[in-house]
Amino acid sequence: MAVRIGRHTAVLDRPVYIAEAASSAGKKEGEGPLGEMFDRVYQDSMLGEKSWEMAESRLVKENFDLLLKKSGHTAVDICIAGDLLNQDSAANFGYRDIKTPFIGIYGACSTMGEAMGIGAAFIDGGFAETAAAGASSHFCAAEKQYRAPLGMGSQRPQTSTWTVTGDGAVLLSRAEKKGAPIITEVLTGEITDMGVKDPNNMGAAMAPAAASLLTAYFKETGRTPDYFDVIATGDLGLVGKTLVIELLAAEGYVLDDRYTDCGIEIYDSESQDTHSGGSGCACSALVFTAKYYKMLCDGKIKRMLFMPTGALMSPTTSQQGESIPAIAHGVVIESRC
Amino acid sequence: MESQNSKDYRKKKEYEQMVKNASPDSPIFTDCIKAFVSGGLICVFGQIMRNYFTSMGLSQDDTGLAVSLILIAIAVLLTGFGLFGKIGKFCGAGTVVPITGFANSVASPAIEFKKEGWVFGLGAKMFQVAGPVIVYGTVTSFIVGIIYYIAGLVR
Repeated sequence: MAVRIGRHTAVLDRPVYIAEAASSAGKKEGEGPLGEMFDRVYQDSMLGEKSWEMAESRLVKENFDLLLKKSGHTAVDICIAGDLLNQDSAANFGYRDIKTPFIGIYGACSTMGEAMGIGAAFIDGGFAETAAAGASSHFCAAEKQYRAPLGMGSQRPQTSTWTVTGDGAVLLSRAEKKGAPIITEVLTGEITDMGVKDPNNMGAAMAPAAASLLTAYFKETGRTPDYFDVIATGDLGLVGKTLVIELLAAEGYVLDDRYTDCGIEIYDSESQDTHSGGSGCACSALVFTAKYYKMLCDGKIKRMLFMPTGALMSPTTSQQGESIPAIAHGVVIESRC
Repeated sequence: MESQNSKDYRKKKEYEQMVKNASPDSPIFTDCIKAFVSGGLICVFGQIMRNYFTSMGLSQDDTGLAVSLILIAIAVLLTGFGLFGKIGKFCGAGTVVPITGFANSVASPAIEFKKEGWVFGLGAKMFQVAGPVIVYGTVTSFIVGIIYYIAGLVR
């Protein structure tokens, strides 16, 4: 059984192996700095489907199939997945035909961290031997639900982020897999709201959630940021990353260049015109599965803190003038190389 | 001692300032120049058509109508081909303010929501963006009409 060492941090009793990872990305992501690292890049944003929503579900399903194929498994005990669409519909429809026990979760763009944490807990608690954890988003489907129709000729503010199209999924396993990295700790964040109301500045809304979980973790464990080779927050983008560094500095923790943000890594903000960076559930999911998972397998990094962040507003709450609550969920991952 | 509420309020105010410092502003100056030039060009194009139609013998009222219709048709076509979004991103207010922006704001949701069907999709959502403009445009003209009427009585 895991041991809770603080309000936010639980240390797993036995390591949970991240046996495999699969990443499927959209065209724009494929043209970005990580383009070569994705398992699969879809050139057609409709994926042969009739709607953006069904295209995202197909992405979910095909990436899950790819994960199974890569891992050599024919099935998993449980699937945990989520996305940005109303009623978690991308995940629900994506897993509709995959006859496997399923848990749909919503944590906005923190979903990948949440899914990996829950999956690790299931395995640690003996509820499953293997678990698939994944998260997806689709630029067009998200724009349609959260912002304006795609064809609208308007300008995006400099603080806005670009929703990533793709799906990232990992296969968690109790059984040892040689060379596979392990999850050792699960960090559960609390909802944090510092009064930011601008849905075009989600990095600013989410930065306090990441900062509060980071601070809580360092206080609960007595560790400092240099315990990790890499600390990667979710999709804060350029604005949010700056704010996290400032907020942590105020608490006495220095984040140097070992600190990165998945929202900054996924695009080249200059040439791809993404302003503050990338966002969406798939942002951190893709950056982890395509880049950091491989670095952990190769032993290029020994220990990382992966902490996706989510902005929990809806178009309705924003129109009603409410501020944006945000959350962060983290997992500590160690290389076994 | 400071109460929890006022402490939270102070923290939020401090954070608001931090956010302001960390958030880059839109390039308003270049945006204005682009909007001025592109919006101006659309108007010049409209004026050329206007002169042409008048020279062909169309009445003053019909000329205005014809020019508007052509600009709307072009904007809707460009929206359909997926080009208006790109043009609009560059031009900003230059394409939003003329009738082209209005046409685009009706055409783009019509295309986007057609997947949900002709009635509850396209029909219901078509005026999602333009609806408020029509509602408050009508209300404002009603109020102006009343003022105009009263002014007429006084005179």
